[in-house]
Amino acid sequence: MAMYNDKVIDHFMNPHNVGEIEDASGVGTFGSPVCGDMMQMSIKVDENSGIITDAKFKTYGCGSAIASSSIATDMIIGKTCEEALMVTNQDVLDELGGLPSVKIHCSILSEQSIKAAIYDYAQKNGLEFEGLKDYDPDAVEEDHHDSCEMEEE
Amino acid sequence: MGETRQVYLDYSATTPAKPEVVNEMLPYFTEKFGNASSLYETGATAKDAVENARIQVASLINAEPNEIIFTSGGTESDNWALISTARRLENKKGRHIITSAIEHHAVLHSCQYLEKEGFEVTYVGVDREGIVDPKEVEAAIRPDTVLISIMYVNNEVGSVQPIQEIGKIAKKHGVLFHTDAVQAAGNIHIDVKNSDIDMMSLSSHKIYGPKGIGALYVRKGVNLPAYMHGGAQERKKRAGTENVPAIVGFGKAAEIAKENMEAHVEHISSLRDHFVKRVLAEIPHTYYNGSRELRHPGNANITFEYVEGESILLYLDFVGISSSSGSACSSRSLQPSHVLTAMGVPVELIHGSIRFTFGDPTTMEDINYTVDQLKIVIEKLRNISSISSEKGW
Repeated sequence: MAMYNDKVIDHFMNPHNVGEIEDASGVGTFGSPVCGDMMQMSIKVDENSGIITDAKFKTYGCGSAIASSSIATDMIIGKTCEEALMVTNQDVLDELGGLPSVKIHCSILSEQSIKAAIYDYAQKNGLEFEGLKDYDPDAVEEDHHDSCEMEEE
Repeated sequence: MGETRQVYLDYSATTPAKPEVVNEMLPYFTEKFGNASSLYETGATAKDAVENARIQVASLINAEPNEIIFTSGGTESDNWALISTARRLENKKGRHIITSAIEHHAVLHSCQYLEKEGFEVTYVGVDREGIVDPKEVEAAIRPDTVLISIMYVNNEVGSVQPIQEIGKIAKKHGVLFHTDAVQAAGNIHIDVKNSDIDMMSLSSHKIYGPKGIGALYVRKGVNLPAYMHGGAQERKKRAGTENVPAIVGFGKAAEIAKENMEAHVEHISSLRDHFVKRVLAEIPHTYYNGSRELRHPGNANITFEYVEGESILLYLDFVGISSSSGSACSSRSLQPSHVLTAMGVPVELIHGSIRFTFGDPTTMEDINYTVDQLKIVIEKLRNISSISSEKGW
């Protein structure tokens, strides 16, 4: 489809890191089926180094949601949690080489799913991360839903 | 990618012009280029061609030739019928219009325009199969109702509306009745002499004719003021030099559509039925949207649970298959289909709904290839999806 570049198409047709990690350190989801996209991210964190050694995703959504999910898992593997929390939707967009303007919100999906997964890991282990200081999982979900309602107006 | 089979399954969006149609048109670009309004020979030749096409188009719906006015297409016909009728009657009768929630945007947005101008519009709903209840239309009629506009066949789910009954109701209450028959012409037997239809929109490119040409049928005795002002073309109803090649092509396409209707309907409905049967049997968690009986012969609209429609379209496109989610016009927007919404389909299921429409060039091999690819893509996307039959929505 002419609206997507080759890199987006490649990540959509051959997505990396699809699935769920069985003994995941943290699992997070973002989005909802009503909005048309929902991503689940699971991560494995090495306890000694704090480095994300594996990340897998499952996404219900359009081509750009799947491509954004795929590239986001690539981007956080090998990073510490703090580094991964600094990945923004703009970084995901840049790495993909851009998305059509109506699809920009799909990159937000992956940024928020990374945060949700690391938040889950932090909660389970009593850890605190600088990048999660202002993070409220309920608030961001509501934001997403609000913007989805607007789109469906 | 290599050699990919190309399968076009979006014939409700548009159709290719038939070679016979194009051949008929060609001389009118060059040696028969005359202006149909001119008195000399080349003008008369063009005029004759336009009048012949008018007979051909009229014949498709059993109208009189002088009840056919050529326009630029279905959208213009819809805009004209609604807006000019509303304007003509607003000071005589009132400012109320009745339409349905599942109309094409050409009708819906014309209604919204009129609402901004102070008109009131009642949007009657549909049942689970996408069909309007004539009783609901009757109940919506008020003393100030100036027009009822209900489409003949819906473009997304192919539901055939009870046009005969609605026409009778409109006549009984003395309200004008317009129908957008763009999807119906050539696919459903239309006989305006045995229906109470006052105005009807038609389009050429949906029946294997050229784009940019259509018609508005205006029943004899119905007063519809001009919408385009200028020269005396189309009996002073629609100014502008006639697009003679397109009109000739539309006429030829209408003639072929009439002659071939039986074979055409048999061909596309048997392919459609085979497609639907295979998809529902071989791909779990799929639903067929719309009516099985009261349906466009070449329309299938299917929901694939747990996957999102655009990702299906994208994958299908990659393997050479062209189809659309909802109406083609909304395939780039994020809004869920207004038609499936009106039918009560939950939003999360609308996101996974795809329209496949079949046409004369479609073959059984195309159908089988598409089903085989669909099985692969749906399984693949369900493996990626964060929603599944075990997890539920």
